Amino acid sequence: MSKTTTPVELEKVVIRFAGDSGDGMQLTGSQFTFTSAMLGNDLATFPDFPAEIRAPQGTVEGVSGFQVQIGKVDIYTPGDRADVLVAMNPAALKSNLNWVREGGNIILDIDYFEDRNLKKAGYETNPIDDGSLDDYKIIEAPITSLTKTALAGIELDNKSIIRCKNMFALGMMYWLFDRTSDETIKFLEAKFRKKPVLIEANKKALNAGYNYARTIRAIASNYVIPPASIEAGTYRHISGNQATAWGLLAAAEKVGRKLFYGSYPITPASDILHELTRYKNLGVITLQAEDEIAAVCSSIGASYAGQLGVTASAGPGIALKGEAIGLAVMAEIPLIVIDVQRGGPSTGLPTKTEQADLNLALYGRNSDSPCIVIAPSTPANCFDYIYEAVRLTVEHMTPVMFLSDGYLANGSQPWKFPKTAELADITAPVFKENGQEFQPYLRDPEKQSRYWVTPGMPGLEHRIGGLEKEEVTGNVSYDPQNHQKMIDIRQEKVDLVANFIPGQDIIGDESGELLVIGWGSTYGSILSAVKELRKEGHKIGMAHINYINPLPKNMSSIFANYNNLLVCELNAGQMAGYLRTKFPEFKYHQLNKVQGLPFTITEIKERINSII
Amino acid sequence: MSDQIIDTPPKLTKKDFSSDQMVRWCPGCGDYAILSAIQNALPQIPEKKEDFVFISGIGCAARFPYYMNTYGFHTIHGRAPAVATGVKLSNPKLNVWEITGDGDALAIGGNHFIHAIRRNVDINILLFNNEIYGLTKGQYSPTSRIGLITKSTPMGGIERPFSAGELALAAGGTFFARTIDTNPKLMTQIFVDSSQHRGTALIEILQNCVIFNDKAHGAVTNKENKDDFQLHLTHGEPMLFGTDRQKGLRLSGFKLEVITIGENGITEDDVLVHDAHEKDSTLHNMLIRMSPPYFPMALGIIRTVEDRTYDELVELQYQQSLEQASFSTVDELLQSGNTWEVK
Repeated sequence: MSKTTTPVELEKVVIRFAGDSGDGMQLTGSQFTFTSAMLGNDLATFPDFPAEIRAPQGTVEGVSGFQVQIGKVDIYTPGDRADVLVAMNPAALKSNLNWVREGGNIILDIDYFEDRNLKKAGYETNPIDDGSLDDYKIIEAPITSLTKTALAGIELDNKSIIRCKNMFALGMMYWLFDRTSDETIKFLEAKFRKKPVLIEANKKALNAGYNYARTIRAIASNYVIPPASIEAGTYRHISGNQATAWGLLAAAEKVGRKLFYGSYPITPASDILHELTRYKNLGVITLQAEDEIAAVCSSIGASYAGQLGVTASAGPGIALKGEAIGLAVMAEIPLIVIDVQRGGPSTGLPTKTEQADLNLALYGRNSDSPCIVIAPSTPANCFDYIYEAVRLTVEHMTPVMFLSDGYLANGSQPWKFPKTAELADITAPVFKENGQEFQPYLRDPEKQSRYWVTPGMPGLEHRIGGLEKEEVTGNVSYDPQNHQKMIDIRQEKVDLVANFIPGQDIIGDESGELLVIGWGSTYGSILSAVKELRKEGHKIGMAHINYINPLPKNMSSIFANYNNLLVCELNAGQMAGYLRTKFPEFKYHQLNKVQGLPFTITEIKERINSII
Repeated sequence: MSDQIIDTPPKLTKKDFSSDQMVRWCPGCGDYAILSAIQNALPQIPEKKEDFVFISGIGCAARFPYYMNTYGFHTIHGRAPAVATGVKLSNPKLNVWEITGDGDALAIGGNHFIHAIRRNVDINILLFNNEIYGLTKGQYSPTSRIGLITKSTPMGGIERPFSAGELALAAGGTFFARTIDTNPKLMTQIFVDSSQHRGTALIEILQNCVIFNDKAHGAVTNKENKDDFQLHLTHGEPMLFGTDRQKGLRLSGFKLEVITIGENGITEDDVLVHDAHEKDSTLHNMLIRMSPPYFPMALGIIRTVEDRTYDELVELQYQQSLEQASFSTVDELLQSGNTWEVK
């Protein structure tokens, strides 16, 4: 039995943890992730949790999952299907089985596969016995009872002891994938600093799980995933929402204004508020407003007063903010509006991802009310693009809509973070007299932006507001020709941003059979699909759009280089529709999905193959 | 030292606060008097001209900032308290005035109104209460009285009106004053006093709309009986009113009652003395609720109590965060916590 086996080397592996939403699966997954990052793996994560905080225990509705793909190769997505599933109860198995590849390993907490929990999960027969799991390798582990045994003698109530079972499961995974427990032990010591008994209990469970997996050798051997060859540098692990928050901090520091963040709690945007409010020492002011409208309006007030006004929400909240965003368009002041998109319409699927607020960002205001629209495409580049959003809103004095989504917000990856000195300068358009008399709507000739003159500046008192402004003076004007002119100027101002953004990048072939066009969080899946098809010999390019309005100037010349254009997005076709209005000379194929879930690589490959 | 020139700023006058824009309210509108009163008040307030900011929502009253030669922002319907909150938090040295009406503050903007007061942000709110929608041409408002015939209530209004003062006090208001557009002196004095209050100062101005709700406050403003129906409150002074100040208020059980000095052995000692600084708002609410014909309308500063302001507490937490912080730049933040080197 104790014969040593050589670990098997894997290029990459997808692991999914699933359990009751009270079982600590998010924590287990993120610990496994962090340990893997420290070992040098590239990775991507995807938490999948219910909208209910604690749905009834043991039911399918209450299952919370966390998927991570780790590799020695570059990893762009959390993976289509899991190689290993850890299911803490029958409901977790039931709702996650579809996510396990055929032949994959499933670790079950066998203690829960009894009548009561099987029934709660809606199983009529025990899947372990009825043959429905024949296509998988099942490891039946009495996780709960072994945790109890390992923790016998510890001064803790039964409930607290059972809660340590996630550490037992994590310990098993650490043995299976040849990782050390050191980082998790450090984490536990910090987390339970004030309750040493919990440190002891969790450590015991972790070690017991590790030793159990080694002893039973449930899988013939364990695996190693050697470090990926990633670019040298200092890394940290970051989620999309955290990267968004930190990008705002960096940009506010660069422009030398305080960051004002007005926000009303909403899934999946709230974590940005939680994150930013911790950095008051950096001059951040956060206001948890009484509603979405107050959130955006207080941010508008902040920008008007000369600080960097930012608000965030998900679709339902953005819909409420529409009128106020129009005010910022009219007043021509900086404003960042972050939309962490989720499934809709209405309340929709609060914890699931979707990209269906593109039209809302582009057009969701009364009248001709153009905004700059930007979308990040990976959790880490939320930092770069929110920084760009600030640069553009400040230098061009007009609102920016920033389209993140639930998949980016909660997904995470290793991030080689920059030094702030390397980041682009951001120059606020301060009025300099130079002999000219101040007028509120004087404009920079290259950008058509007005100057940021704020209360407290002596001698420059003036009035602005939501009524149409007379050109230059900013006085209220109902003159027909003036209105025409001002509508044109506001549009031109946004159009001119194209002169101040980079051209569209192409990944893969610069001409050929097909160009895949995507935007936002679909980046990883599209990239993986394109790489695989190119390996198979196809001439395919990929244009992933981050600057949506205005589009980069080279866009249509890129489109002309391919026989086919395919727009892939997690909505019913909004980007495709937008491109048709911008460049009607091309024909666009579409791949659309609205299931609250990201694309799988397979889905994209199949769609491409159906065209070429 | 003696030859050092002390740079005293020039004394500001009413004219300094008048903008070059033509005032476009209806002839006879109460708003003219309010505008004039504020232009008289500002030079008496020890602030720099560039530090005054007027923020308004939508409605007739909301045009106000265009007529002031100060910083001004005419925003959107009901949202001025939220904008003003952002302005004040972003630059606490500014002297922020919100201009609003009964529809703007109490209907579409009711939520922001109560929450600004609850937070006690250091702003002044001038609520022009004419009990009607003027700019949309004559529909009833949340302060219109039951039975009022308007374009949208041809059979008479059936909704119970809000009392702005009671609403403010229920929200934890630290300052409430009431004045009328026919009394420029009182308005000016209250504006000056309210600017000295730290926290949200709500000033309800009973304002006349000559077009759609003329003489809505007639019972209070009529020359012939205004002495009997106006109680001018001053902190520390007895609550006396009437032509010869022979009437007063006293408590009878849990209710206020009007008494006459000299009748039934009643003397001035029986009359309640106004305590605007009392934290318990019970009596303030009773004063706010009074109206003709059985009671006079209470005017002046009804309530002014000290409490921490929101902007003060934000600043306090900022100072605390500086003491507790282990880093002071974004670079240091990026380097903090769990990082690792890839060689």
